Amino acid sequence: MDCGCSFNVDEPKGSDMACEAWKTKLDTYLDGELPDEEMRGLDAHVRGCPACSADALARVQMKRAIRVAGKRFTPSAELRERIRRSVVPKPRWSLQPGWMFATGAAVMVVVVGLTSIYLSHRSGRDQLSRNQFHREHVYGEIADLHVETLASSTPVDVVSTDRHTVKPWFQGKIPFAFNLPDLQNSEFSLVGGRMSYLGQAPGAHLIYDVRKHHISVFVFQERSLNLPVSPSDDSPSVKSLPFNMETWSQDGLRYFVIGDASGADIDALAKLFKAGTTG
Amino acid sequence: MSGAGPQSDAFADLAMPLFDQIYNFAHWLTQNREEAEDLVQETYAKALKGFSSFQPGTNFRAWMYRILRNTFLTSRTGLRAAPTVPLDSDEGQLELAVEDENPETILMQSFASAMMQKAIDDLPVHYREILLLCEVEEMSYQEIAETLSIPIGTVMSRLSRARKALRDGLRLQLQRG
Repeated sequence: MDCGCSFNVDEPKGSDMACEAWKTKLDTYLDGELPDEEMRGLDAHVRGCPACSADALARVQMKRAIRVAGKRFTPSAELRERIRRSVVPKPRWSLQPGWMFATGAAVMVVVVGLTSIYLSHRSGRDQLSRNQFHREHVYGEIADLHVETLASSTPVDVVSTDRHTVKPWFQGKIPFAFNLPDLQNSEFSLVGGRMSYLGQAPGAHLIYDVRKHHISVFVFQERSLNLPVSPSDDSPSVKSLPFNMETWSQDGLRYFVIGDASGADIDALAKLFKAGTTG
Repeated sequence: MSGAGPQSDAFADLAMPLFDQIYNFAHWLTQNREEAEDLVQETYAKALKGFSSFQPGTNFRAWMYRILRNTFLTSRTGLRAAPTVPLDSDEGQLELAVEDENPETILMQSFASAMMQKAIDDLPVHYREILLLCEVEEMSYQEIAETLSIPIGTVMSRLSRARKALRDGLRLQLQRG
């Protein structure tokens, strides 16, 4: 098969041999593990060779499929709590035996008095702790998706500044519809979009630019994330993340706006979405 | 396996964020929820106990996965699942994982996650683990080498064979309909 290559490395143009030689390195290339020089050579080859380009695309799709299928098992909340309790240090008490007896009796009285109050609060508190952990995990995943995408050589699958092009691209790919805001008279520009997965739930990932900063907007079905909400959840303070982030729920969808832009920019884009998604 | 003190604090800070992915990997290895839970619990217990031997600045994730894998391999399920691991040669050319009539194009049209999961499930454990470390955990070859205690050349050749075996498995499923 003549692959019709046009590339700029030391190899006979269009030869099967050159393609076969590159093909053995294609997986390593897609894993980002080739030396720089070979990376550039294969990059140039793939751009100029339709056969290898199609092969690379098929392998990328296979990698994605493995990744989605591979994130299959979720631990139970009980196991998480058991492990957490086992590794998080507890304060230790050290009392002399005599004191232990005397204080034990006093403690018993107090314990009996407090038991009913404690029991009434415990379930709520445990739930709160689990919710907090789950929320932080989801926020961490969102930050990872943002970084991973920006580090990718192909951050978007649909490249367009036109929301009327980007929005229809998602139709049939995700199980919900959403609106994109009109960016006229704003500093933001749409770069494009791609599919995203969070906990195996499919969603939309949109990338915007503002003054050389990239901002990701993720949209997922609220029910698919099972994200516990708290009264302050619509304006979370995500101090543990190296990014500014805003998240809210609207019309059954959960939005995340995240990036290294200023908090004001994140807030401004979030407001555009909040206003635009009702239309 | 209760810990206390700043060392335990440091361990919790490093180990708890890995909990979900560690569990996922453990479940893939054991193919059983209860055994996966036992494996994760034992891994965390061993890791906490041996945390003083962990060299700060080295790869904690690879260290955790290595403990998990070694614990699995010495378990009853592990011994049953991986009685022998074929010798990997890192010499010569890597095998082509994609052939002319590849199933990817068919997969694109009739992709089913269940089919992929079954194909991964059916892989021998030494192929399953390396594929998951690369594609799901997105470990670098260096990290995989550290986790599996094998040279990078072996990582590349084993990964290539694992991909080929996965494609063969998918092809078989597609042929069977």
